[in-house]
Amino acid sequence: MSRSWTWLPVPDLRFGTTAPTGAEVAAVDAVVAGVGPATLVVGERLVLGGRHRAAARRNLLLPALHALQRAVGWISPGGLDHVCRVLEVPPAEAYGVSTFYHLFSHSEPVADSTVHVCDDIACRGVGAMGLIEDLRGAGHHVRPSPCLGQCERGPAALVQRTGVDDLSVAPAPVADVEAAIGSSSSSAAVVLPQAGSGNLHLLARVGVVDPGCLDDYRANGGYSALEAALAMGPGGVVRELTASGLSGRGGAAFPTGVKWQAVADQVGRPKHVVCNADESEPGTFKDRTLMEGDPFAIVEAMTIAGLTVGAEQGWIYVRGEYPVAAARLTAAIDAARGAGLLGDDVAASGHRFDIQLRRGAGAYICGEETALFNSIEGYRGEPRNKPPFPTTHGLFGEPTVINNVETLVNVLSIARDGGGAYAALGTERSPGTRLFCVSGRVWAPGTYEHEFGVTLGDVIEKAGGLVDGSELRAVLLGGAAGSFVGPDQMDLPLTLEATREAGLSLGSGVVMVFDQNDDIVDTVRRIAEFFRDESCGQCVPCRVGTVRQEEVLVRLDRGGSFPDERDLLDDLGSVMRDSSICGLGQTASGAVRSAIDLGLLGGVS
Amino acid sequence: MGEPRPLVQLTIDGNVVKVPEGLTILDACRREDIDTPTLCWASNLTPVNVCRVCVVEVEGSRVLVPSCSRLVEPGMVVSTDSERVRTSRKMVYELLASSVEMDRADTSVHAWMEHYGVRPERMGDRDEIATVAQPPKVQDDLYVRDYERCILCYKCVEACGDDAQHTYAIATAGRGFDAHISTESDVALPDSACVYCGNCIGVCPTGALVFRAEFDMRADGTWDEDSQQVTTTVCAFCGVGCNLELHVQDNSIVKVTSPVDHSVTSGHLCIKGRFGWQHAQS
Repeated sequence: MSRSWTWLPVPDLRFGTTAPTGAEVAAVDAVVAGVGPATLVVGERLVLGGRHRAAARRNLLLPALHALQRAVGWISPGGLDHVCRVLEVPPAEAYGVSTFYHLFSHSEPVADSTVHVCDDIACRGVGAMGLIEDLRGAGHHVRPSPCLGQCERGPAALVQRTGVDDLSVAPAPVADVEAAIGSSSSSAAVVLPQAGSGNLHLLARVGVVDPGCLDDYRANGGYSALEAALAMGPGGVVRELTASGLSGRGGAAFPTGVKWQAVADQVGRPKHVVCNADESEPGTFKDRTLMEGDPFAIVEAMTIAGLTVGAEQGWIYVRGEYPVAAARLTAAIDAARGAGLLGDDVAASGHRFDIQLRRGAGAYICGEETALFNSIEGYRGEPRNKPPFPTTHGLFGEPTVINNVETLVNVLSIARDGGGAYAALGTERSPGTRLFCVSGRVWAPGTYEHEFGVTLGDVIEKAGGLVDGSELRAVLLGGAAGSFVGPDQMDLPLTLEATREAGLSLGSGVVMVFDQNDDIVDTVRRIAEFFRDESCGQCVPCRVGTVRQEEVLVRLDRGGSFPDERDLLDDLGSVMRDSSICGLGQTASGAVRSAIDLGLLGGVS
Repeated sequence: MGEPRPLVQLTIDGNVVKVPEGLTILDACRREDIDTPTLCWASNLTPVNVCRVCVVEVEGSRVLVPSCSRLVEPGMVVSTDSERVRTSRKMVYELLASSVEMDRADTSVHAWMEHYGVRPERMGDRDEIATVAQPPKVQDDLYVRDYERCILCYKCVEACGDDAQHTYAIATAGRGFDAHISTESDVALPDSACVYCGNCIGVCPTGALVFRAEFDMRADGTWDEDSQQVTTTVCAFCGVGCNLELHVQDNSIVKVTSPVDHSVTSGHLCIKGRFGWQHAQS
C-alpha cells in the first residue's frame, strides 16, 4: 500500500510521550501494512476511524509486539506506545498483554542474543543444568526455559537474536549454540525412528517428502483428501468423521465429528477454523514433528475443515518456541495460496478459505483453547469461562472449530479412505492410531505412531527398550498434566477407555521414562514449578494454589516432614482441581498426586 | 420493565424453585435467601468469575461452577453447602489471606472467613512463603494504591474500563503470582491516563485502593469509621443529578461515595463529585 498515512490524534485515549526509534516504527508499520492504522485520513473530508476499525485491528497486537522484540530486542516504552497509537489500544492494556509472555523482554537488552535453555523435566536429565552454567561461563545471556519441545534430543536451546529470526538448537552442546548465534539455520531435521515402516498413517510423509515442496507433497498423495472431501460434500465429510470415531488428540478427546457438525449447524455468522499448534505440554513434541516434516498436511486438513463447516478464515497458532515449524507452515500456506488451494476459490470449488499464522510468545496457557482465542485477538491469554463453548462462541465470539495438529492430520486419511477403514484400526472405543512422544531412558527417543491398544511396555520396547544399566522406576504418562505410573503398569493398554478406567490420561501422548538414577523428587518439584510459572494468574485457586504446592515440595525436598504436609497437599490438589477456571489449574496437582501414591516422594505414601 | 420472562425450574439445596430465565445461580440463591460469599462480583460490574469464592456444586458437572456467572438451566440441581463447596471456599480464603493483607476487607469477608474456619497459617510461616507484600504507591494527593492488599479481583480494571469510566488507565500486567494491576510500563498515576474519578477506589473490596485522606488518617490513627455520619445529597456541579454520600467525621468530610443502587450513578462518580467538596468546608 503506497498511500501515505496521516495521524489523527485520538481524543479518547491517552498515549505516552516517549518517542519510538526509526527501527521500531519501521517494524510496527510493516505489520500493519495492508490494513493501515485504525484512524486514517483518506481525504480532506473523509476520515476512517472509530472503535470498530480499532477492534478489527486489535489482533495485530501480538504480531506487532513480535516485530518490536525482533527489531530491537525488547518492548521499549516508546515502541509500545507507537503500537498503541497505530492500533488504538490503550497503553495499559497493551503493556498487560506484552508482559504476559516470556519471550518478550521489558528491560533494555544486555546482549544481542538471549539463549533460552530448557531446564524442564526431560532436558534436566541430560545435562541442561551444566549447559546453562557453561553458557553463562562463556559470557552468554541465558534464561532457563520451560520445555522447548525437543525432548527426544535434548538438551535444547532457543536462540533469540536482535534483528534476525529465532533459532532452535538441539541437542545443544555449547559449541553448537555458539555456532547458531552466528548462523542462520536451526538444527537439522528430526530423525524419525520408524522411518521406512509401512505401517505409518500420520507420519507416512515425515522424512519422505520435502516439507518445502508442494509438488512433492502432491506426488505423495497430498491433496487427494481435499479432492475426496469436495466430491462427498460437507455432509459426507461429517458422516465419515463420525463413522471414524476420531476424537481430539490435544488431551480432552472430544469427538471431532460432533464438534464439526455443531459448527456446521451455526448459520448467519462468520466462522473460523483454528489449528491449535501451541504444543507446550512438557515432554510433548509430536505436533512439532508433523509441522516440520509435513506442513502441507496441516494446511490441507484445515482447508477441508473450512469447507466442511462453512468457515472462510483459518488460523494456525504455533508456539513461539517453534521457529522452524512456523517458517515451514508459512511457506506451505504461501505455496498453497499460489497454487489456488487457498484463497477466493479453493481448488476451483467456488468456496473461499484462507489461513493466517500467529506465533505465540512463550505461554503454556495459550494452548487452552479459549486462552488461545484471547491471545490471537490481542488480549491477555487468560482462559474464558465455559459455557459458552467455542462451537458457538469461539474466536472473536464467533462459531469456531478448534483442533489440535495431530487431530487435523487424522482427517486426511478419513476423508480419503472413509471412516470405516479408519475405525478398523485401534480398538472399538479408541479407533485409529496415536502419536507418542517417547523420551527419557530409552534407546531411541522420538515420535512414534502406534495403533490404540498398544501396551505401555510395548511402546517402551519399540523405542529400543531401556538403555543399558537402567532399571525402570516410573513413567510419566500424558505430560506434566498427566500422571506417573509404576513398573507394574507395563501391560496397561494405551486406549482412552483403559487409561480412564485406571484413573489416568493419555494427554498429549507423553511417555517419559525414568530410571533408578533419576531424581524424581526434583522432577516432581520442577513440575510444580512449571505450573506456578505458567499459571495465567486469573483465578485464585491456581494463582496461589500452584505457588503453595511448589512451596510444600521445596520444603519436602529440604527434609520436611511428609505427614505434616500431606493434608495441605491433598486439600490444595482437590481445590485446584475443583475450582480453577481451566484445565491448567485442574490438572496442576495430578502428577504430584500420582508421585505420592507411588511412594516416589521419599517412599512415604 | 420489559417482557415477562419464562420461569426456569431448578433445585437448590433440595428445594425446588422457579426463577426467571437469564438469571445467574447467584441471583437465584439470593432470591431464596441463600447467603453466598462473593469477592470479585459486584452488582454494577460484569462478572469476571475469577475469585472462585462463590462456587457451587451442580449435579453432572465435573468441577464446581461459579454461581456469579453461570446462568440457571431447567432441571439444574445445585448444592451451595456441600463438603466440596465448603472445602473450596475455605481454601480460597486461606490462599488469599496467606498472601494478601486482608485486614481492611469488608466486614462480610471476615464474617465468611470465620464461618468457614479459615486458617491461613497452615500454608506455612508468613516469612517463608510467597506474599504480595510491598510498600504502598503514594504518587499524588488523591489516591493511594496499597497493593499488598490487592486480591486481583479485576474490579478496578473493569470500573476504569468498559464497565464505567472508559479511561483504561490500568490493566492486569505480568502473569501468575506476579500478575498485578499496573499502568503502562508502571508509570506513576499522574503520568498515566487516569482522570481521578475514584471509581476504582469505589469498587475495591479490600482497601488496596484508598483515598489519600483516608490513608493519611489511618496512618495517624485518626480514622474512625464508627463515628462517621453518612449524609446523602445531590452533587451540585452539573445537571446530571448524581447522588453523593458524604462521610463526615468530626464535622469534616473525609470521603465521598455514591449509592450502588442509584439509578443515575450505579455507584460511580467523576472527579468533581468525588473530590470537589473542599468549598463546602471553607
